[in-house]
Amino acid sequence: MGFFDRLKAGLAKTRHNFVARVESVLLNRTIDESVLDDIEEILITSDVGAGATEDIIQILKEKIRSGAIAGSADVTACIQGEMAKLLGHPQPLVIEGIKPYVILMAGVNGVGKTTTIGKLAQRYVDEGKSVVLAAGDTFRAAAVEQLEIWAQRTGAAIIRHQAGSDPAAVAFDAVEAAKSRNADLVIIDTAGRLHNKTQLMDELKKINRVIKKSIPDAPHDILLVVDGTTGQNALRQAQVFNEVVGLTGIVLTKLDGTAKGGIVFAIYKELGIPIKLIGIGEKADDLRDFSANDFVKALFEK
Amino acid sequence: MFESLSDKLDAVFKKLKGRGLLKEDDVDAALKEVRMALLEADVNFKVVKDFIALIRERAVGKEVLESLTPGQQVIKIVHDALCDFLGTVNSRIQLAPNPPTVIMMVGLQGSGKTTTTGKLARVFRKEGRRPLLVAADLQRPAAIDQLVTLGKQLDLPVYSDTGTKDPVAVCREALKKARLDGRDVVLVDTAGRLHVDDELMDQLRKVKEAVQPKEVLFVADAMTGQDAVNSAKTFNEKIGIDGIILTKMDGDARGGAALSVRHVTGRPIKYMGVGEKIDMLEPFHPDRIAKRILGMGDVVTFIEQAQDAYDQKEAAKLANRIMEDSFTFEDLREQLKKLRNMGPLENILGMIPGMGKAIKDIKVDEKEFVRIDAIINSMTNAERRDHDLLNGSRRKRIAMGSGTTVADVNRLVKQFLEMRKMMKMMKGGMGGKKGFRMPKFPMPF
Repeated sequence: MGFFDRLKAGLAKTRHNFVARVESVLLNRTIDESVLDDIEEILITSDVGAGATEDIIQILKEKIRSGAIAGSADVTACIQGEMAKLLGHPQPLVIEGIKPYVILMAGVNGVGKTTTIGKLAQRYVDEGKSVVLAAGDTFRAAAVEQLEIWAQRTGAAIIRHQAGSDPAAVAFDAVEAAKSRNADLVIIDTAGRLHNKTQLMDELKKINRVIKKSIPDAPHDILLVVDGTTGQNALRQAQVFNEVVGLTGIVLTKLDGTAKGGIVFAIYKELGIPIKLIGIGEKADDLRDFSANDFVKALFEK
Repeated sequence: MFESLSDKLDAVFKKLKGRGLLKEDDVDAALKEVRMALLEADVNFKVVKDFIALIRERAVGKEVLESLTPGQQVIKIVHDALCDFLGTVNSRIQLAPNPPTVIMMVGLQGSGKTTTTGKLARVFRKEGRRPLLVAADLQRPAAIDQLVTLGKQLDLPVYSDTGTKDPVAVCREALKKARLDGRDVVLVDTAGRLHVDDELMDQLRKVKEAVQPKEVLFVADAMTGQDAVNSAKTFNEKIGIDGIILTKMDGDARGGAALSVRHVTGRPIKYMGVGEKIDMLEPFHPDRIAKRILGMGDVVTFIEQAQDAYDQKEAAKLANRIMEDSFTFEDLREQLKKLRNMGPLENILGMIPGMGKAIKDIKVDEKEFVRIDAIINSMTNAERRDHDLLNGSRRKRIAMGSGTTVADVNRLVKQFLEMRKMMKMMKGGMGGKKGFRMPKFPMPF
């Protein structure tokens, strides 16, 4: 299966829901502003968020008024265009050119951080890169074991300390180890933390700071993993994590469910943080580079 | 980002102050705000629709109580309706007449099933029962390890079998073992999944058949968006659930998912997870969630936590002082100490009505407390008891002594005086009009 087909398959549920509903709204109706109420409904139930929804509706309204939109095909095309625009240009993860490249992963509990790291490790090991994983989630029961299983599966190296030890120390050791082994990539796992817990956010700040003691311009990427089923709170998460450590990108996971992940629109609109990767399945190669055009196209593709 | 609903509604009704009845047009304008607030809180769109219809019916033509503004009146109606929608308090978990009682935990990936299983086991043990944990999540790497570790923490047995991929077989063996060892509660942790996966849903159904649980509990993440409805519905239809446990309630999500999940399944929410530690599971309180969804702060929780921190007698003493208008810097210092004992300040402030919005912009600086403490400590006993003594030269001395500036001291004194003024107002309100009043807590910033 090609890349686009897989993406389409992964997003099938999302697409069906969304497109089917847009179409049922537009069926046999003259296009006027009353249609907009229904479209607003659809956007909101896709977790797109009130702000981004309002933007799209506003644009549609003007186009209807000016007569630029007459039939239902125009509306779909217009929504598609606007949505892609809202997500900006693709900014994939590029680890070449810096060695070792250091990625710090963060997020609230249960979003799929460790799994994402496993998939990412798989991708780069397959490319022939040497990868070091840092078991920085020293809090959750058996989190280290979970990462270790991924290390075994992918053939990546793993740096671990004992449960309950200082995650910053683990991160530091991993970066140091990567330097001495001349590794290409270090991916640092961290414990899930709710963004409103000051102490935990301070801990993350410390991890970030300590990494810089080994390599001053590291981490080269700080990625926030966001659960695709999360609602408006994801925006708040991105905002706070961004304030604390400065995010370079978002990883959107669990898009193979019925959730639409519409929150990425709000995140990009409000904070300008690009979506770098999306998870569309449980297999290792189901972690994909994000492209706004493909994402939106896959939503609308029949 | 979120403006509190009370503020918005107050704005809608500002121009209407003084009118007696809630008119249809006014109600509709207000309901538009209510609708947005609910959507922003991630309540599912369809649920919002049902809910708004109910509110409309209740609100139109309603007389505005004397003590309330129309905005407050609508909030009260919305709040009461939310409570009705959310169900009753304290839905206990049913026990089987013939032990062991089997409880099956189901839910999406990452919702917090395994952690909640451990927390629930702790609750049962506290009630004097002998739980057995069963690791039937054979999907996620290390899920078994996680449950085994939790079992160790709790000093409770965990049944697991790493040699098989068949959760049904694991459960059968676990039940046998439970009977042999005289375990009276068996908690089965199943694999998390995206509900679209029919194969895994099948597997869950088979597990249910094999273990014949007294209750199937659906674990739901409070941060879930519009999709909460789909997953809850599917789990309920395909497997059948008896109750809901909401997790990650210690985050700052509005928790609209609670309303959605409860409404589409008709099943009660029994517990909520309020922290990562193993003892952080609380019975579900509909009124608290209702307030949270509305952005009104978790007043009850705040008051309860305050009660824990305050000794009853001391509280009475403090109330007396307020009544007598003799609140001093000494009292302030005491109060601040208590406040800081209640946990991270930002959590506590977030629970106070009206503060939710205010602290969005204000970074609470814990150091400010240290400063205030230092200033008060640098006062003489007489100054602490009588703030009128604080003239310019005394303030200068206090600033020097506490390593602060005169401006800092002045600010504290001003805040202190404002607090006293507020307390006087509270005193005036006490025992007066009854009804829906927003409690005000004196805060030194």
